[in-house]
Amino acid sequence: MTQIPARITDWFAAKGWSIHPHQQDMFDRAADPATLLIAPTGGGKTMAGFLPTLAELAADSRPGLHTIYVSPLKALAADIRRNLRGPADEIGLPIRIEDRTGDTSATQKKRQRVDPPHILLTTPESLALLTSYEDAGRMFADVQRVIVDEIHALAESKRGDQLMLALARLQSLCPTLRRVGLSATVEDPQAVARFLARNPDPCHIIQADPGPDPDIRMLETQEMPPWSGGGAAYSIAAVLEQIKQHKTTLIFHNTRAQAEIFFHNLWLANDEALPIGIHHGSLDRQQRERVEAAMVRGDLRAIVCTGSLDLGIDWGDVDLVIQIGAPKNVKRLVQRIGRANHRYNAPSKALLVPANRFEVVECVAALEAAKAHDLDGEPRGAGPRDVLCQHILIAAAAGPFDADALFAEMTTAGPFADLSRAEFDACLDFCATGGYALRAYDRWQRLQQRPDGRWQLRDPRAATRIRMNLGTIQDTDTLKVRLKRNRGGKPLGEVEEAFAASLTPGDTFLIGGQIVRYEGLREMVVEVSRRADKKPKIATFMGTKFATSTQLSDRILRVFAQSDWPQLPTHTADWLALQRDMSRLPQRDRLLIESFPDNGREHLCVYGFAGRNAQQTLGLLLTKRMEETGLAPLGFVATDYATLIWGLDAVTDPRPLFQRDALRSGLETWLAGNAVMKRTFRASATIAGLIERNTGDQRKSGRQATFSSDILYDTLLKYDPDHLLMQITREEAMRGLVDFGRLEAMIDRIDDRIDLVRLNRVSPLAAPLFLEVGKVPVKGAAEERLLAEESARLLQTAGLDNG
Amino acid sequence: MNELPFTFAGQDLRALGSGALWWPDRALLCVSDLHLGKSERMARRGGPALPPYDSRDTLTRLSADIDRTGAQTIICLGDSFDDLDALAALGTSEKQTLTTLQAGRRWVWIEGNHDPGPIDLGGTHLSEYTAGPMVFRHIALPGAAGEVSGHYHPKTRLKARGRVITRPAFLLDDARLILPAYGTYTGGLLTSDNTLTQLMNDGAMAILTGPHPHIIPMPR
Repeated sequence: MTQIPARITDWFAAKGWSIHPHQQDMFDRAADPATLLIAPTGGGKTMAGFLPTLAELAADSRPGLHTIYVSPLKALAADIRRNLRGPADEIGLPIRIEDRTGDTSATQKKRQRVDPPHILLTTPESLALLTSYEDAGRMFADVQRVIVDEIHALAESKRGDQLMLALARLQSLCPTLRRVGLSATVEDPQAVARFLARNPDPCHIIQADPGPDPDIRMLETQEMPPWSGGGAAYSIAAVLEQIKQHKTTLIFHNTRAQAEIFFHNLWLANDEALPIGIHHGSLDRQQRERVEAAMVRGDLRAIVCTGSLDLGIDWGDVDLVIQIGAPKNVKRLVQRIGRANHRYNAPSKALLVPANRFEVVECVAALEAAKAHDLDGEPRGAGPRDVLCQHILIAAAAGPFDADALFAEMTTAGPFADLSRAEFDACLDFCATGGYALRAYDRWQRLQQRPDGRWQLRDPRAATRIRMNLGTIQDTDTLKVRLKRNRGGKPLGEVEEAFAASLTPGDTFLIGGQIVRYEGLREMVVEVSRRADKKPKIATFMGTKFATSTQLSDRILRVFAQSDWPQLPTHTADWLALQRDMSRLPQRDRLLIESFPDNGREHLCVYGFAGRNAQQTLGLLLTKRMEETGLAPLGFVATDYATLIWGLDAVTDPRPLFQRDALRSGLETWLAGNAVMKRTFRASATIAGLIERNTGDQRKSGRQATFSSDILYDTLLKYDPDHLLMQITREEAMRGLVDFGRLEAMIDRIDDRIDLVRLNRVSPLAAPLFLEVGKVPVKGAAEERLLAEESARLLQTAGLDNG
Repeated sequence: MNELPFTFAGQDLRALGSGALWWPDRALLCVSDLHLGKSERMARRGGPALPPYDSRDTLTRLSADIDRTGAQTIICLGDSFDDLDALAALGTSEKQTLTTLQAGRRWVWIEGNHDPGPIDLGGTHLSEYTAGPMVFRHIALPGAAGEVSGHYHPKTRLKARGRVITRPAFLLDDARLILPAYGTYTGGLLTSDNTLTQLMNDGAMAILTGPHPHIIPMPR
C-alpha cells in the first residue's frame, strides 16, 4: 500500500488534524519486519502505531486476527480500546476491537479463542497464555502486525523478556508477522530496537519531533520540608493550591505507602471538597476501575498515584504533573512529565516536591540534568534463564516440541540472541527432571522425550498448572484486606504478608485513603473495621523502588562540594551547613561513616552514594563481617546514598570492615546465606516453575502443608550449590540486587580514605534512613540474644519466672 | 547441650533445639512428622521437582541427635513418610542410613495419617506406644492425659524489639505435649490458629526450637 486510504485522510481532515510526519513515516515503513517509534506522549503515537492496521483493514476487513496490541498495563489496553473504537466507527470500518487481560471474563476469553477480533489488545502475560493453548496456531494464523506499546518500560523488565519469547512463538506460527514498538524518550534507542526485532532482522528507528522542553520547577512552599520522611505532608497546602489552579493534576509518588499517607493528608485539608482520587497497584480492582472511569469522565481534579499510572494512559486534560519525592532517575522523570498536556507542541508542566531536605538536593540535581537532556541508564545484559525455563514449560503446554526447533525459535528473541545451546539444554533438563546432581526423578520427570524425539508433558494435566503459574511479576506475598462482616465484607486491597504479620488486633493502618483497624486474620484474609478517630500506623506495603542513577549521585556529591548553596532553598542550605558543623558532608573521594546510639541500639551509617542496590550489598557484606567479629548486628537498610546498620554493639574501628580484598574474596560465601539471595531465589524459582503460587487445590486449613522457599534455597546450597537455579540466583543478584560493580568502583574511588565520626545522636543526614522500608534482618547472634530477653520478659509477665 | 529441660507427666524431659524430644531416664528419643519422601511424592503427583535432598537432610539431622544423646529407643511419632509409596521410592543410601540407625536400638514407628499402613523397614509398627505415665500417638485425642503427639507442626511467632521471629515449637500443658515437625520439607501451623488454641489448655507453654530453645507462654 503506497497511499493512506482516502477514508482515513478524509477523517483526519474532518477532525481538522493533519497527519504528523512520524505517522506518515510509520505508514511508509509498514512493510518493514520491525520498526521502533520514539515519540513524546501526546504526539499521536498510538495512532501512528495503528495507522497501517486501519489502512489495511479499510482495504480488507475479512474476519480474523489482524493486529495484536500489547501494553504493560491492563488499564492501558482498555483505554486504547475506547480510543480506537471512535475513529474506527467514524472512518466506517466494520471491525471488532476487543481487549483480553486478566480481568476479561472466562466466557469472553473462550469466545475470543474461537472467533478472534480484528484487533486484540492485551498484556504480555495474557499473550503468553494464549500461546500455551494447543489451538494457538489456529487463532494466530492470520496475524499481520503486533504493536508493543511503552516498550521502553517493558525492555527493562522480565515481562518484556517474556513478551519477546511469546513473539518468537507467534512469529513461528505466522512468519510474515511485522513488529512495531512505541517508546518514550530513551537514552539508547538501538538497544530497544535490538530488543524488539526478530534476531537478526534490522529495525528502523523513527524519531518524532520531541516537542518543546518541559516547564519543570521545584514547588515553592511556605512550610519547610522536614528533616526526614517521605510523606511530604508539609506541601499539602501548596499542592492543594496548585490543584485549584489547574484543570487536572496527576500527583506521582514513589511508593504506595507514601501515596496513601499523602492522599489521607490531602483529604483532611481539602476544605472545598475537590474531587480527588487515589490509584495504586495494591487497591482492589473495582476501586481502581471506579477511579479510572471518573478520571476519563473528567470528574476528578487530581489523582494521587504511583507507577501504576506511569505509562501512557490517556487521561484527557492533565495539565500538571506533580512528582512527590525525588525522581531517582532523570529518564523516568522526563517520561513522567511527558504525561502532562497531551496537546502536541505545547510544553508539559511539572512540579517537583522534595519530601525531605535530602531530596531537595536530589531534585535540584535532577532538574539540572533534565535541562541538560542528560538521560541515564545502564545496559541490561542477556535475557534471564528463569524466564526461559517458564517458556519451555509454556511450549510444552501447547503440545510436543522439538528441542532444536525451540532453541532456534528462542534465539530469535532479542534478549536471548546470545543464548548458547548448552544453556538452553540445562534449562530444558531443569524443566524435564529438575536438573539435580542427584538423578532422583527420572521416573517422574515433568517432560518426557517421545520415541520421535519430541518432548511432551508426562502428565497432560500439568498444562493447567503451568498456565495457572504463568507470568514474571513477583508480588511479594500479599494478603487481601476486607471489612469484617458476617459474610465477607467489602474488599479494600492488599497488604504484604510480612506487614500483616506485624499487626496486632487494634492496630490501625491506611488503605485506599481510609484508616482501618486490624481485627484479625481469617482464612488468609486480613479483616479490618473502619476507624476514623485514630492516627494510623504506617502502611508499609511497598511500591517499586529504583536506584538513583550513578549520574544523579555524582551530581548530588558535586552539590555537596560547593562552599555555599545559592541554588538551594535556605532551609536546605542551612541543613547541609548543620550537617557540616555537627559531622561532615560526604565527599566523592572519601568515605564518611557515622556512628551513634539511638533507641537502645547502636547505629553505623555509611555514605557510599553507590545507589540503593550496591548500598544494600554493602549492608550484607558489612553485617556479615560484623557478625563474625561479634558486633551483633540486627539488621540494615539501604538507600541510594547510605547504608544504615543497627546492632547491639558499637563499631569503633571500621577500617578492617572495608578491606577490599576481604570484601571481594568473601563475596560468594557471604552472599550464600543472606536474605537478599533468598528473596532473589524465591522470585527466580517461582518464574522457573519450581515454586507454584497457585496449585488449584488449596486446602483452607492446610497451612502446615506448605513450607518456606528459604528451606529449598538452604537445601540446594548444602547439597547442590551449582544447580541451575542457584546459578540464576547468583547471576540475578550480581546484576540486580547486588550490583557489586558499583560497590567496587566506590571502594576504588575512596581507597583507604575513611572518616569515622562518633556522634551522641542521629545526624541530620542519617535521619531519613530511619523511615526507610525494606529493612533486611540479620539472623545471627543478636537474634538469639533478643529471643532470650523477650522470653525472660514474657515469663516474668506471666508470673512464671523461676530464675 | 542445645536443649531445654522441663517436666511433663512427672518425668524430666528435654526439648532439643532440633525439634526432637529426649527422655534421659529411658534413653528415649522421639521425633515427629519426618515426612520422608516428600519431594518424591510431589514430583510423582505432577508437581514441581523439588530438590530431592530432603530425606537425606532429615536423616542426617536425626543421626546427629541419636549420636549426641546415645538414645536406645527411637519413636517416630507418625507421618514419618509422606505417603506409603514414598517409602518404596526411598533411595538406597537413605534406606541404608535407616538400617544403620536402627541397629542395636529399639525403633518404633507410630502410624500417622500420611503413613497409616505397615512399614516394610525394621522396627515395630504401632498405632500408639505407652511408656510409664506417657502415651505416644500421632494425633492428640480429646481428654487424653500424659499424651505426646505430633501432626499439627506447631510454630510460634513473636515480636521482639520490632523483629518478628517465627520458630517451630513444642506445645506443652498439664495434659499433653505436641512436638514440632522434624522433617526438612515441612511448614507449620501458628499457635494462634483456632485448632491449637482450642486443643491446648489455658496456661499452655511453647518451647521455641533453634540454636537455643526458649520457653514462653503459648502465644494465642
